[in-house]
Amino acid sequence: MTAFLLRRLARLAVVIIGVSLVTFAILHASGDPVSLIMPEAPESDRVVLRATLGLHDPLPIQFARFVGNAAVGNFGRSFFHRVPAFGLVLERMPTTLTLTLLSMALALVVALPVGIYGAVRRGRAVDQVATGTVFLGQSMPVFWTGIMLILLFSVQWRLLPVSGWESWASVVLPTATLSTFTTPLLLRIVRSSMLDVIGLDYVRTARAKGLSEWLVICRHALKNAALPLVTVTGLQFGLLLGGAVITETVFAVPGVGRLIVTALRQLDFPVVQAGVFMLAMIVVSVNFLVDVLYLYLNPQIRMR
Amino acid sequence: MAVGSLPSTTLAYAGEAARPAGASRAWRKLARNPAALVGVFILLVVVGAALAAPWITPHDPAKQSLIRRFTPPVWAAGGNAAYPLGTDQIGRDILSRIIHGARISLLVGVLAVVVSVLIGVTLGLVSGFVGGRIDTVLMTVVDITWSFPQLLLALAFVAALGPSLVTVILVLGFTGWERYARVVRAEVLSLREKDFIEAARAMGIGSVRILLRHVLPNTFSSIVVLSTLQVAQAILQEAALSFLGVGSGRTYPTWGQMIALGRDFVSVAWWLPTFPGLAILATVLAINLVGDRLRDALDPRI
Repeated sequence: MTAFLLRRLARLAVVIIGVSLVTFAILHASGDPVSLIMPEAPESDRVVLRATLGLHDPLPIQFARFVGNAAVGNFGRSFFHRVPAFGLVLERMPTTLTLTLLSMALALVVALPVGIYGAVRRGRAVDQVATGTVFLGQSMPVFWTGIMLILLFSVQWRLLPVSGWESWASVVLPTATLSTFTTPLLLRIVRSSMLDVIGLDYVRTARAKGLSEWLVICRHALKNAALPLVTVTGLQFGLLLGGAVITETVFAVPGVGRLIVTALRQLDFPVVQAGVFMLAMIVVSVNFLVDVLYLYLNPQIRMR
Repeated sequence: MAVGSLPSTTLAYAGEAARPAGASRAWRKLARNPAALVGVFILLVVVGAALAAPWITPHDPAKQSLIRRFTPPVWAAGGNAAYPLGTDQIGRDILSRIIHGARISLLVGVLAVVVSVLIGVTLGLVSGFVGGRIDTVLMTVVDITWSFPQLLLALAFVAALGPSLVTVILVLGFTGWERYARVVRAEVLSLREKDFIEAARAMGIGSVRILLRHVLPNTFSSIVVLSTLQVAQAILQEAALSFLGVGSGRTYPTWGQMIALGRDFVSVAWWLPTFPGLAILATVLAINLVGDRLRDALDPRI
């Protein structure tokens, strides 16, 4: 088990370096940063700025410096706001995390009961409606779902605000929108992993013991079906953060996603790098936690 | 043992395994499924509309008319039969723009997948066949790409490289190849030890030839299924990029960009964002339906 953890930790380190390399590449893909910072400055000023930014150094040295700075949260100053980019990202992180976690919770609250019920009563009306909805949900662009919800709940019925993040009422639509992004996939996984388990001998034994159907499902079947669900929920996190970028833009939610999109339009790359790096770090940590959790849930690995 | 003495079932099986018979059986299975047929029908309509766009659109998609702006769809009060789905904030015909938008969506969807397949299949073949250090490196790269929200990565690089049709295609292609690499690699690993590969090697056939002639055909059905489903995803991603303002540029209408504009006028003209979204929904749903049934028909494993 220690060996497994050590191997995972080593891979974590390599992945973090890789993530840094990709983030580092974003700025360099954009061409000359100096012309973004001072577009109209004379060449003499540009040379000075290039020297202070260390842009004359070889790329490996620049990359090493980037990693060193990123480790202490220094991504440079925003070209646009003239304040440290990392601070801008940190300020908005709680909003994005709240939105993401709420949507994940909502998705689970919907997907678990419906998925289990669909698997138990396979092929019945509820199952078929659910399967059809999954297909529909996976084919809808998130931003469009959001706008359609605005159209219904804000414009037509005037129940909820069009945008913002000030009151609880304004949280409802973004959360609902983002959860339509993951619910279909979770539902699908719950249903199929339950179906895998339900036909097994030990479930039949539990039934033969005379346990009530729901006790069999909840206590025995669900426990074993939970393993793939944990993995998928973890992997979904990255997808959800990507969806959060879109949802925040649709509803003008002041989160990291909207910050990154705005920064991209202003070609404000330090902010983009800080935001992308932080979101990727969250995904990396969640994936690592999922691996460790998997270790505890799966006795086959724990024994080794 | 002479071939004639083999049980007839073996022969029948061997015959069915050959490509033409197998493909037609899969096709029959697909054709019997009503959902898949609906999908195929919608796809034919969308592809046909995209190909024939300049000839079938009622108006020039870029033609503005300030008198006609915000014309509602034909069935709503104030609608005009000349503009069946209404007009936008500068009086352009929405139906014509949607038909032209199909071109970008399909083009990006298909070409991005071609890029992904080329990269993924090549890397999967190499990594599975060569193994060792190259394999470790590749799997680490897959790990790293999984650490980014894919859309965010595409967004950052399209913006950094400068939004254009080619950039969008390349970036979506470069961020979606890992599924092919994994499937092909797994297939290579399981085939590597099989007798017919061993036999081919014993006959002195080179590695590249073995890979291309004997291993690659076995991964064909998985690749077909995966790539169909990825086209649907790529269309959604292109729409998202356009929506966020880093799509293929402003010169040609795209569905995502139409929805982005419609968002600003959602309280006065509901039809602006609604119809392009329905176009995306119908197209992606159709591809997903076909892809899902293809998976059932061709490859029960994935």
